[in-house]
Formats: sequence, C-alpha cells, structure tokens
Amino acid sequence: MADSRGGPLVLGIETSCDETGVGIVRGHTLLADAVASSVDEHARFGGVVPEVASRAHLEAMVPTIQRALKEAGVAASDLDGIAVTAGPGLAGALLVGVSAAKAYAYALGKPLYGVNHLASHICVDQLEHGPLPEPTMALLVSGGHSSLLLAPDITSDVRPLGSTIDDAAGEAFDKVARVLNLGFPGGPVIDRYAREGDPEAIRFPRGLTGPRDAAYDFSFSGLKTAVARWIEAKRAAGEEVPVADVSASFQEAVVDVLTRKAVRACKDSGVDHLMIGGGVAANSRLRAMAERRCEDAGIRLRVPRPKLCTDNGAMVAALGAEMVARNRPASAWDLSADSSLPVTEPHVPDPHAHDHGHGGHGGHDHDHFHELSKDNLYS
Amino acid sequence: MLLLALDTATPAVTAALHDGSRVLAAAGEVDARRHGELLLPAVDRVLAEAGRKLADVTGIVAGVGPGPYTGLRVGLVTATAFGAALDVPVHGLCSLDGLAYASGLTEPFVVATDARRKEVYWARYADARTRLTEPAVDRPADLADEVAGVPAVGAGALLYDTVFTGVRRDGPEHQSAAALAELAAAKLAAGEELLPPRPLYLRRPDAQVPANYKVVTPK
Ligand SMILES: [Zn+2]
Repeated sequence: MADSRGGPLVLGIETSCDETGVGIVRGHTLLADAVASSVDEHARFGGVVPEVASRAHLEAMVPTIQRALKEAGVAASDLDGIAVTAGPGLAGALLVGVSAAKAYAYALGKPLYGVNHLASHICVDQLEHGPLPEPTMALLVSGGHSSLLLAPDITSDVRPLGSTIDDAAGEAFDKVARVLNLGFPGGPVIDRYAREGDPEAIRFPRGLTGPRDAAYDFSFSGLKTAVARWIEAKRAAGEEVPVADVSASFQEAVVDVLTRKAVRACKDSGVDHLMIGGGVAANSRLRAMAERRCEDAGIRLRVPRPKLCTDNGAMVAALGAEMVARNRPASAWDLSADSSLPVTEPHVPDPHAHDHGHGGHGGHDHDHFHELSKDNLYS
Repeated sequence: MLLLALDTATPAVTAALHDGSRVLAAAGEVDARRHGELLLPAVDRVLAEAGRKLADVTGIVAGVGPGPYTGLRVGLVTATAFGAALDVPVHGLCSLDGLAYASGLTEPFVVATDARRKEVYWARYADARTRLTEPAVDRPADLADEVAGVPAVGAGALLYDTVFTGVRRDGPEHQSAAALAELAAAKLAAGEELLPPRPLYLRRPDAQVPANYKVVTPK
C-alpha cells in the first residue's frame, strides 16, 4: 500500500508501561509523537506502580490521540490503519491502549494491528535512518528489557539471541540511584554524575562475561549488589561516598558488557549493522562506547534520537506502517493485551486470517517481559 | 436518537442499543477475565442485530463503576474513544444504578456488587430510579446491621447472603447495558444531567512507598 504520498499513514498507540504515547507516521516519515508520562507520579515509589500507570493511561489516552492527530495535521479518516502495542508490558496498562485502538479502528472502519513492543523499539529507527537493513541486529536496553535480537524481517521474523537473566539494565540504574539517594528514574541522573567521575575508579564486576557464560545473555543483579556493598562499606567507615566516581564506574561496567556482547553478536552472525534502542540508549556513555567499538569492528551503528528510544507511540506507528506496507493481516476485534507476548511474534494477526508472510521459525525461548513487581521494585 | 450503552465494571461485559423509545438489541457475556476481548465483538453484535452502523449512534453511555479497575477501564476508554472518533457526547452512569433500574423495585432496597478482596460496592435506593447514598466499598460484615432484612439485588448481595438477608434471588444478578440504556434514555428525556465518563474507583491504587532501601551487607 506504499503510495505516492510516501507510504501508509498509520497511528500508533503505546501504553505498555508509564508513558501514554501516540505517534503518527507516513511510511518512514514521523508526523507526530505525542507523549503523556506518569513518571512523576511513580517517583516517590521508586519504580513504576502498575495501577498508578493504568489510571494515568485512561486519563491521558483520548486527549493524547487528539493531540497527535492535530500535530500531524491529518484527519483520522485518512489513516490506513491503527497500530497498538499488544505486549509485552504491564497487563492493565496495555489493556487501556488496546481498547482505545480497537474503538478508534472500529469507529473509523480501519484495520487494527496489535504489534510487539520490542519489535517496535527496533522499527522506530526507520523514522531516523530509513529502511532497516535485513537482517538487523538490535540491542534493546531499558527499565523493562535488555535483549539482543536478530531481525531478518521486522514484520515477521525476530529472533532472540539473549536477554537479561535477572534485572534489566535500566532497573540496575534505578536501584543504584536509589542507594545513592539520587531519586527515580536513575538513568539520566547517573549519566550526569558519571560525566564528572572516573570510570576506572572502582572495578565493578562484569556479569556473565566468563568463557563458559552464555555469550549473549546479561546479568546486572550481581553488579547492583556489588555497588550497594561498596557504598555501604564507605558509609560504615564514616567516609564520604564519591557519587561521581561510583556513578561513572557502575555505568562503565553496564556499558562495557552491553557493547561487548552486542559487537560480538554482530561478528558471530556476520551482521554489519547494530541498532540500539530502549530508554538506556539515551545514555551518553553507551552511545560513545558503542560508536568506538562498532567503528573498530567495521559495524555501522544506528541509534535513534533519545526521544524515539524511550517508549513512544511513533515506534508503534512505524511498525504498523511496515505491517501495512508488507500486507500483513490485521488483528481481530477480540485481540488480547498479552503481558508476556513473545518477541518472536512481531504482531498478532487475526488467527482466522491467512498469513502469507509468516515464516516457520517457532520454537525459540519466549523472551518474557520483565514485569515490575513489588519484589524487584523494593528489594 | 440512537444510544450505545456499555458497561464493563462488573464481570458482565455488556452492550446495548437504544433508539430513545426502546432497546433495539443487547449482547453480553459474564467473564471477569476477558473484558478486553469481549467488548468490541459485543458492540459489533448489537449493531448487526439492529441493522445499524456505529456512525449512526448519536450518544454513548458508559457505566462508570464502581468496579474492579482493570475491567472498568475497558468500557470507559472504549466509550471515550468512540465519542472522540464519532464526535458524539459520552455520558456516564453509576453502574449500580443500572442494576437498581433493572430491579424495578418500588420500595427501599440496596444494590451490592462484588468488589473482590472480601468487600462489596454498594448503595441504597428509595426505588429503582432513585439512589439515596453515594456508592461505597465496604466489608459485608460491617454492613450487617444496616442491610439485614432490606431487599437487596446484585451479585454482591447473593455472594454475602448471610449479611444481605433480604436478597431477592429473582432480582438482577448482573449488570445489563439494556437497563443502563433505558435509564439513560429516561434521564436524558427528562433533561437530567448524567455523569462525566470518569471511573469511580473508590479505592486508592495499591502502592506502598518503599522504606529506605534494604541493606544488602550481612550484619
Ligand atoms: Zn520499551
């Protein structure tokens, strides 16, 4: 359906965590990116509280859609489809977006595309750097996920190579920030302090980097504990905690492992492009180290601007537009919000529709969303 | 006039179409875990049965609860999204009022629905059309003196029938959008103000402020 105007016009809705995002794209062109965040309401809890997020989504949903349509200067009746994050994510939060998308699509007589949040994080780069190379290697890092994914076709074939076995990278930032009393979310503030600190000051452990460890999996729980112990020891000795050095050294450990494994995955798979997405992709040290290591390895790095790396509706619209362009079947009206939608399912087609584009690549481990619970929020 | 009514505040996922004088079609299912899946197909069914299109609808009516939140939000966001996409007004009605209206009772009574966590959402009525109290959430045992022997309808009253001893087993157990639509049509015809389509949660979100972070160094 890629037409003379530059591709399908699609509205995308994202409510998998604490951002109510609505984006509108035409093919690979971003027309609107409206976001309402409830992050401030979660700050005092030190993590995203699912019910607080769901309530905020309901308040913000329709106004954010209206704002996006206005920003894009398009009429809802001109849309070629409505895309929505069907999962993975917080169940109650996803359900608000899925219900809104269905209602709009039904009322407007447009096809509905329930799409995968992780695949959307990858596809958003089409808005920044044009068509994705096939295959694309992607490193997704945020408060909810840390994954290495190989995507031969972003609409039908996404393969998980590895993911975190405990905390997501962004969670480790949040927890370390809490131990340092720097507030929530931790990523931006640690990045800021780290610029004044020495990344070599303290040698924190690099998880899962031993010769027998899973090559593409991550672990940040041990690192988080090591940092907390180090800080406690300083405090117990009555010494001042060097916040900048701790931030820089902790960040260095995270970024070192992420980039090392991502570059290795590219080399092992013979892929000469690396895409980095997710909220942690906004981290300045991650960007710098990835640039250097990719350059050394002859890999072309693609990182979207920070606003497109964090959760947003434009990424969902971008994947939806690709679904339309490649004639993927739409979703059914009884589409579910699936909090643990496997990454191997880039979208959720109507089970009764004939899907001509889908490859037979089942059997991968499910990359289940690392749902925030009281345990991993407060421990 | 063509009203589309829907309610997902209770285990019933229900939709109905009303033309100002009568209910044209109604559909629904009782399934507390599949509100998101069931609502749109139910709307589609009532429209098909009445031979109308969503674009013909002149107003939306949504039950605003009280009800368990996740399901409640499905109906409200669907209603407000329909309203925005079609550019028609969206009205809210207390979900308990729909059950009260369906009861047809002419004497004082109470409506109670299941609020889970061993609590009920409930309100007192003078008759099927007149609510006397704001909806509340309480433990049934705390209401025993107030509701003993008083006629009662709704799944909450049936569930705690040792407290709601006047429960009417022939009364409505589950919400029906048909009753909600009839009540809304009557209120609109009488020039009464309906509620904005905003949720009645009646409880604060579950979230504790974490105490200072846990010390990880063994003592
Ligand atoms: Zn994300």
